[in-house]
Amino acid sequence: MKHTLAVLVENKPGVLARVSGLFSRRGFNIESLAVGVTDNPDISRMTIVVSGDDRVLDQVTKQLNKLIDVIKVSDLDPTDAIERELALFKVKVDKGNRSEVIQIVEVFRAQIVDVGVKTMIVGVTGTGDKIDAIEKLLRNFGIVEVVRTGKISINRGVKTVKLEK
Amino acid sequence: MGKKTRMTGAKALIESLYAEKVDVIFGYPGGVLLPIYDELFDADINHILVRHEQAAAHAADGYARATGKVGVCLATSGPGATNLVTGIATAYMDSVPMVAITGQVPSSMIGNDAFQEANITGITLPITKHNYLVTDVNDLPRIIKEAFHIASTGRPGPVLIDIPKDITTDELDFEYPESVELRGYKPTKTGHKKQIKRAADIISNAKQPVIYVGGGIIAAEATKELLELAQTISAPVTTTLMGKGAFPDDNPLCIGMPGMHGTKYANYAIQESDVLIAVGVRFDDRVTGKVESFAPNAQIIHVDIDPAEISKNVRVDIPIVGNAKSVLSMLVEYIKEKLNGKTNTAAWVKKVENWKKQYPLYYHKDDKLKPQYIMEQINELYPDSIIVTEVGQNQMWAAQYFKYKEPRTFISSGGLGTMGYGFPASMGVKMGHPDKVVFDISGDGSFQMNSQELATVVQNDIPVIVVIFNNGFLGMVRQWQELFFEQRYSFTCIDDSVDFVKLAEAYGAMGLRVTKSEEVGPALKKAVESGRPTVIDFVVEREENVSPMVPAGAAINEMLDLEVQS
Repeated sequence: MKHTLAVLVENKPGVLARVSGLFSRRGFNIESLAVGVTDNPDISRMTIVVSGDDRVLDQVTKQLNKLIDVIKVSDLDPTDAIERELALFKVKVDKGNRSEVIQIVEVFRAQIVDVGVKTMIVGVTGTGDKIDAIEKLLRNFGIVEVVRTGKISINRGVKTVKLEK
Repeated sequence: MGKKTRMTGAKALIESLYAEKVDVIFGYPGGVLLPIYDELFDADINHILVRHEQAAAHAADGYARATGKVGVCLATSGPGATNLVTGIATAYMDSVPMVAITGQVPSSMIGNDAFQEANITGITLPITKHNYLVTDVNDLPRIIKEAFHIASTGRPGPVLIDIPKDITTDELDFEYPESVELRGYKPTKTGHKKQIKRAADIISNAKQPVIYVGGGIIAAEATKELLELAQTISAPVTTTLMGKGAFPDDNPLCIGMPGMHGTKYANYAIQESDVLIAVGVRFDDRVTGKVESFAPNAQIIHVDIDPAEISKNVRVDIPIVGNAKSVLSMLVEYIKEKLNGKTNTAAWVKKVENWKKQYPLYYHKDDKLKPQYIMEQINELYPDSIIVTEVGQNQMWAAQYFKYKEPRTFISSGGLGTMGYGFPASMGVKMGHPDKVVFDISGDGSFQMNSQELATVVQNDIPVIVVIFNNGFLGMVRQWQELFFEQRYSFTCIDDSVDFVKLAEAYGAMGLRVTKSEEVGPALKKAVESGRPTVIDFVVEREENVSPMVPAGAAINEMLDLEVQS
């Protein structure tokens, strides 16, 4: 079972090491981790995808909360949250199949972000499933390099993960 | 608002320690600490110069456990800092409030593999409650304030502050903050009222309750509330190794220690309990044995200050997060309303009393010198002393054969099980309680891990008494080899003819040797009355075992009785 955690942390050096170190030493599995600053420059937000049963998730949440630099931990409900990931694929192309790649890119509403003689770079944003799907199709042409950001996620509607005053 | 004074970082550190009412620190100087040590030279703080930084950490830890105040240790960068690591980990595992201060190479050189550089904040990340690298001298007072606050509140623990050399010479306008502002740190104090009421309902209807308590009672100073709970419902109380002294051993409701080397009656009582009231404990594997068969019929109520301990090892029916003192006093109040002076446990208490009579702690008394007998003698002659221990058989005998009646009188490395802890910790204990008799109960193995501190206790006149149960073995490991590895004593024999009397004398301490039972009392008296640091080399029965014993991985009611082989 996968869970998506939204974690507000102090925007200070070393905080990422505290969080990632906690996961490794307690034996929790991180599927992905994305981090960036919030509208408050003192606070960063991490989106951590973790796999495990309810008991593991309970421990992860509690152990994260014990870190002094962690301000808030929320388990996002996937049915009530938007999730996005960005991926860049460098795909092998030649004269013959370039248009085929472009068609796939159009269908997925992805973007061609660079065109070279032998390669093209495809940028795609969306859910992890969507990115997996386009990756599967692009693999037929030969993928030279892949980079994915890991998931970020936000609640729909008025619900927020914010620092309580 | 106080007035601001211009001063260096080193001076600001000393002023901050004054503000935290630190009266003693344990440390060892070094290159990057020179500005701090120059300030310490005239400071109104007692600095104890140890002979190895590990001892500084253990001494600060012992001081903290014995007094309840925050212990402070100080070490230089690189090897000085890494030598603290075992001591910090020891304090972390047993939730001891401690502030460790380390020097660091100058800020401009950090990351360059400079002389005596070690990334001590990185190294201690998993063994501190929190740690700091000071990057601006203006942050120093705030960081020290936060460190003491974090170390001593919630679930206590060690905090490390790493101070680069340039920070100690940079100047700031010093003002010590009055309060801390930590948005990510708000420990829960009072428990959830509804949960406490639910617990009170269950406890009031219990027929066979057992109260299982640990270090959390001592940390929260909740011994009075615990006694009241036990008497209100009339339930047997088992205290873990860390909880020794939380409940008086001589109270009829006390059933001693649970778990691997616990009493049979404590383990039987837990296994047959219908309600287990666990307070300030963490269901350690040495207590639970095989987790699946631990307290199989019990509804479990777990009170702990640390939410992460709830349902970590054992599934809990009623979790209550909060300070043991506040939760217990509310709990007692609700239970009193329900019970109205009655109890439902008479038959159960009777049954436990019978087990107590039937399966007492036992050792074979013959003409040989037995460690258990030595503990009994200490208990008889000096019942008000503070017992500090090393780790292994000595630790278990010290836990089993001395009657602890007050909190903070049994000081031992429980979680990490650090050999070499006891002797330096006893220095810290004695510094905190100069009026008390302090014994370090030791083995010949453990003592040799930090025996260099004899120099410290002599130089600073800290009259602790080291009781060595000298059996020429790493006794606990030998015991396991005897029982589970066909008596193949692989590298556990340390019969290396160290003359501990001469060793003590070489350092200027008193050394005594005892080989017969009738010499035990006189030797103890001589040591105590001398008022000098003393080592007593008790040459004991070599292959004595700690009994009873739950083999690793077994349920706790499957206990072995171990007779002495003769």
